[in-house]
Amino acid sequence: MKRLLLGDEAIAQGAIDAGLSGVYAYPGTPSTEITEFIQLHESRRVADAEPIFCRWCVNEKTAMEGALGMSYMGKRAMVCMKHVGLNVAADAFVNSAMTGVNGGLVVVAADDPSMHSSQNEQDSRFYGKFAMMPVMEPSSQQEAYEMIGEAFALSEECRLPVLMRVTTRMAHSRAVVETTSSPRRQNAMKAPDDVRSWILLPAFARRRYATLIEEQSELLRRSESSQHNSYKRGEDPSRGIVACGIAYNYLMENCPDGCRYSVLKISQYPLPEALMERMFADGAREIVVMEEGQPVVEEMMRGMVPDGVAVKGRLTGELPRMGELTPDSVRAALGMEPLERREADDLVVPRPPALCVGCGHRDMYKALNEVAAEYDNARIFGDIGCYTLGALSPFHAIHACVEMGASVTMAKGAADAGQWPSIAVIGDSTFTHSGITGLLDCVNSRSNVVIVISDNLTTGMTGGQDSAGTGRLEDICEGVGVDPAHVRVVVPLPKNMDQIKEVLREEFDYNGVSVVIPRRECIQTLKRHAKQQKKQ
Amino acid sequence: MKKDIILAGVGGQGILSIATVIGEAAMAEGLYIKQAEVHGMSQRGGDVQSNLRIASQPIASDLIPLGGADIIISLEPMEALRYLPYLKPEGWIVTSSVPFVNIDNYPDMTDLTAHLDRLANRVVLDVEALAREAGAPAQAANMVLLGAAVPMLDIELEKIEAGICRIFARKGEEITAKNIAALRAGYDNSKK
Repeated sequence: MKRLLLGDEAIAQGAIDAGLSGVYAYPGTPSTEITEFIQLHESRRVADAEPIFCRWCVNEKTAMEGALGMSYMGKRAMVCMKHVGLNVAADAFVNSAMTGVNGGLVVVAADDPSMHSSQNEQDSRFYGKFAMMPVMEPSSQQEAYEMIGEAFALSEECRLPVLMRVTTRMAHSRAVVETTSSPRRQNAMKAPDDVRSWILLPAFARRRYATLIEEQSELLRRSESSQHNSYKRGEDPSRGIVACGIAYNYLMENCPDGCRYSVLKISQYPLPEALMERMFADGAREIVVMEEGQPVVEEMMRGMVPDGVAVKGRLTGELPRMGELTPDSVRAALGMEPLERREADDLVVPRPPALCVGCGHRDMYKALNEVAAEYDNARIFGDIGCYTLGALSPFHAIHACVEMGASVTMAKGAADAGQWPSIAVIGDSTFTHSGITGLLDCVNSRSNVVIVISDNLTTGMTGGQDSAGTGRLEDICEGVGVDPAHVRVVVPLPKNMDQIKEVLREEFDYNGVSVVIPRRECIQTLKRHAKQQKKQ
Repeated sequence: MKKDIILAGVGGQGILSIATVIGEAAMAEGLYIKQAEVHGMSQRGGDVQSNLRIASQPIASDLIPLGGADIIISLEPMEALRYLPYLKPEGWIVTSSVPFVNIDNYPDMTDLTAHLDRLANRVVLDVEALAREAGAPAQAANMVLLGAAVPMLDIELEKIEAGICRIFARKGEEITAKNIAALRAGYDNSKK
């Protein structure tokens, strides 16, 4: 069947058709649509079809571990996350290569070069190499669809997890994808034969590490024979282009009749050394590495080329050091003239994103700003979510934003240093993702902090997914040990402004851990729910 | 056949529904499609665009090169101008004339109109007024805009209409009819 699918949706459909039993994920742009697609599929499941577990997880670490547990029982599991989510999952991720897998386990990391919706542009391929896992990097939506099935097979054959790395333009671009009419059935449940490989005691772990090292030559052999890696000698073989993932598309866009240089297309790692050898043997004296993200392959190739062969790319300025590739930057790297184009219009001004009109975070920031202004030196530590936009006009409210959960623990650290008032602003979903442990630190240290959990009852920035702690935030905070008298709930509406400010003042002045929860449903999910109700 | 289209607007305006209709019609024609979208943070009232490429031959890149777009279809006049460097010298701009002002330093409308008027190949329409005149709600303004772009698409009006019928089928005949009326209003007021 032919369908118009996002790259994310092609991955989801590929996994479903490969006999997936469970997807484990926390929402994060540009990976969210993979899990959402499977959830939609599951909501329309016919009675006799096999169910797929697809409920959102609390964070990427719990997701990775849940998937490893499903794999342990012999079933196929997939974990999806954005690139920085892999930092959160890293402990489980790296050690899953040490245990190996039972049922196929595929980890999808969606990188965001150009930082469209992220705080950095780290490249997940480093993690794959670090953990010594095979990595797949599709160049098209069709390839992504097919690769997922192959990744599960590879995972089961080599008994290792497989990392699939995509980037924003693959994840969020649609193309026509031909899907199978005969999906694979799910694996039957079957526990591992030998549990020793799953118990990473040093004595066992050493054996497992030796096996993992041994397995690398098999991974290389498979990479070299993969249909997704290919080498084509050019009419001018003195120059070799190494095109990784979707960089291959930008290359072909500029060479519709074929590239005159030798081209090595790479979509599976470890790097296919035998194909590289052929490129050198054909006389390549200059290699241009085109890759989305950081110069991972470019750095590796520097240590692999024969004497006298130059390696060029992002590190040497042929391509920009940062940001995603474009057809234009690749064109320039090929030494081609740019297309004729017009100048930018000087009337056009930037239009940054902003909190929605009617959003509860707005009322929260208004109250918080006004109360903070009554103190000499209030510091507000922000976090990851829609409310990070409080850094921009008109609020300019937050003084830091680093990663998921950092608001709570940075406010604590600042308070430890003597800062007062020291305030954290964190969303409900981010709080359950990574804020609870930090709050326990605050309680144990009796830190003088105010933790504002701006609760919109959803994971807003990624489009309104379920939030893990909805309806239980007060219980969670009190369970962690916050004095119930200092767990305060307010409704962020303009008419309640005086009351909200009074509550904030009281908690600023309380010497201890305070939690203030402004709670009002996200304006976007509210509209959606109203529409759904109207339908019914 | 090969058309590279930049869809532009402000997050929340609904540029993707235009892409969905063109994509549906192009699929039915057996054409190749690539459509890069913007999801995530920028959707919150920021500038958004989508690169839509349709062709009878396979398409390599998800992104349109600078100077490579045949048409810019924009739901907002300043957003139409934002992507000028992507437009081919002979390319067309089809845009709504109604500004979406959610920033303090939005340019002067007279200047903006003058800049649009400098372009030879342009269609500038009050798509919201045309939607109302056609008896359609303001949400159908994007279908008016699409109708105005149809002459530049190399896909027949009937094929686009059939696409709308399939997409809106679930929402009932009345909504489908209003969207088609909006599409035709745009088509009739286009000028190529």
